[in-house]
Amino acid sequence: MRRIISVLLENEPGALSRVVGLFSQRNYNIETLTVAATEDPTLSRMTVTTRGSDKVIEQITKQLNKLIEVVKLVDLTEGAHIERELMLIKLKASGSQRAEIKRTVDIFRGQIVDVTSSIYTVQLAGNSDKLDAFIQTIGASCILEVVRSGVSGIARGEKVLSL
Amino acid sequence: MELLSGADMIARFLQDEGIEYIYGYPGGSVLHIYDALFRQDKVKHILVRHEQAATHMADGYARATGKAGTVLVTSGPGATNTITGIATAFTDSIPMVVLCGQVPSTLVGEDAFQETDMMGVSRPVVKHNLTVRHPSEIPEILKKAYYIAQTGRPGPVVVDIPKDMTTPNERYEYVYPKKVKLRSYNPVVRGHSGQIKKAVDMLLAAKRPVLYAGGGVILGKASDKLKEIAQLLNYPVTNTLMGLGSYPATDRQHLGMLGMHGSYEANMAMHHADLIVSIGARFDDRVTNAIDKFCPGARIVHIDIDPASISKTVEVDVPIVGPVDSVLKEMLALIKESKQSPDEDALASWWKTIDGWKAFHGGRFEPSKDSIKPQQAIEALYKVTKGNAFVTSDVGQHQMFAAQYYKFDKPNRWINSGGLGTMGFGFPAAMGIKLNFPDEDVVCVTGEGSIQMNIQELSTCKQYDLPVKVLILNNQSLGMVKQWQDMNYESRHAQSYMESLPDFTKLVEAYGHEGLTVEKLEDLEPTLEKAFAMKDKLVFINVLVDPHEHVYPMQIARGSMKDMWLSKTERT
Repeated sequence: MRRIISVLLENEPGALSRVVGLFSQRNYNIETLTVAATEDPTLSRMTVTTRGSDKVIEQITKQLNKLIEVVKLVDLTEGAHIERELMLIKLKASGSQRAEIKRTVDIFRGQIVDVTSSIYTVQLAGNSDKLDAFIQTIGASCILEVVRSGVSGIARGEKVLSL
Repeated sequence: MELLSGADMIARFLQDEGIEYIYGYPGGSVLHIYDALFRQDKVKHILVRHEQAATHMADGYARATGKAGTVLVTSGPGATNTITGIATAFTDSIPMVVLCGQVPSTLVGEDAFQETDMMGVSRPVVKHNLTVRHPSEIPEILKKAYYIAQTGRPGPVVVDIPKDMTTPNERYEYVYPKKVKLRSYNPVVRGHSGQIKKAVDMLLAAKRPVLYAGGGVILGKASDKLKEIAQLLNYPVTNTLMGLGSYPATDRQHLGMLGMHGSYEANMAMHHADLIVSIGARFDDRVTNAIDKFCPGARIVHIDIDPASISKTVEVDVPIVGPVDSVLKEMLALIKESKQSPDEDALASWWKTIDGWKAFHGGRFEPSKDSIKPQQAIEALYKVTKGNAFVTSDVGQHQMFAAQYYKFDKPNRWINSGGLGTMGFGFPAAMGIKLNFPDEDVVCVTGEGSIQMNIQELSTCKQYDLPVKVLILNNQSLGMVKQWQDMNYESRHAQSYMESLPDFTKLVEAYGHEGLTVEKLEDLEPTLEKAFAMKDKLVFINVLVDPHEHVYPMQIARGSMKDMWLSKTERT
């Protein structure tokens, strides 16, 4: 099952590689990884999406918790949560295609953030499925380049991951 | 306010921390530190002949005393040579601090002479590693290193120190940090009392219980509590390889070691148990055999300080995360208070069954008149040392024979690389122990293969006058490899035969020590007596043993606990 694990860790050099190293060392897979400092510059927030059985996810969270730099973590998929991923996608857009692509972008609530006579660059945010769906709808033939940010997630409601 | 250079801070910190010995090897990146150590006389430095041996010495010291061992090496090859020793300590949860020099921070990343990314190289095999970014941080970083190494589930910590952090002419304020606090590291201090209560209820209701105790009981200094509980309840105890000595081996309730080369009665009892209480043991694959066939009728209680060890391989019914000592203490109090007592009839019948297993196959071997069986050598060692020696071992058949035939009644006396299985561990580990226990017998049981992996330390022993005893069970082959080749590869002995063995007696004499060889059974005990009588000499006892002997029992691969070879021809 796909899981989103959100980790607060010390914002120190080497902390990220420790987390990444743990995944490869124990044969777990990272699907996406997003990390940046939080409002407290001594802390980083990392969102990892991974797949595994309950047993595997339990081991992943326990092993992560053992890392000295990890302050706190939560499996967001255990409760209601919001997840977003940002995609920048460069599309061939000329002639009659142009209007069609514009319509599709509007339906997916994307924005065209750069334009040339033959190219649209589109910004799209949403959960991973939505971005996948856009790629599928638009079709491989007109895609020039795709950049995805990896998932960022946060729990719904009152629940907060903080110190 | 005292101003010290980074190098002097390190020397001073080690003094303030009460470190008596460090083991190491100098080099360009640590010369400032070595100079600082030279200018003081509290912390004694032991110069090894290979950095790997420094880590094993520190490790042996840590295992015997329970305190963190300290290592000091230079950058690059000096640092990477410690990796095997660090990994050994990591797998067995041994507290250790390894101080590694690094090229000056201005050269880091430039592929400078003797530069390696020690942080990156060591990361998978340390509990934690730290790098010094400013000399003023040194006291705090070192304090953190010792704190992390020795608390919670212990382990090795590497500190990377770029040379410019120790420059003599830059001085900063030095204050010994008495305490350290890390917001992200809070080892548990006691187990969950609800879970402990549940475990005690299960313990008292069990009909066929087994207490399965591992190295955590020794690391957690809980042997006395284990003994008290076991004897109060009259329950059988089995030990892992790492747990030997946590319960007196000569006691009637001790079933011996369990697992791959465990005793028949220990493995049978585990398989037929209705309750297994694992105490500071982690269900290693060398213990469980095939997980899906592991102890089908047993409910499992697991006490461990490391939450990640619980339900990692075997699903447990009652997990208790906490220090073994405090958990057992609480359990003991609950058992004493409880109105319930063990089911005497069920227990009597359980003991009858176990004693039957013991009688059927009490871990025996066929003695021989013409050759020396390796088991006989260990039995003789036990007799001569009266069971009181510190025994280190390397890895292979000799290790298993030592584990099976030397009866450890006290904790911290059996020192061996259980988790990583490191050849070359035993001899330097014995040196680390001897240094700190000069009046005790310290013996390294090894093979002619293992000893050659760190034999250069004979020189260190001469320099520091370390009269350890080295007992080689010499079968002229990599015995355990050969045993597997006999059993699984139709006796094709690919590279397991040791040709061109040195004349060990001449070799050790060249280093200024005593060498003895035993070829006949009748000479075995007298030679050992003679060796141990030479209190101030390193004596190397080369025992030529039967090269065809196998270690039994041996679990049958991918079977259950009870599936064992009992001899070359007989199986369960």
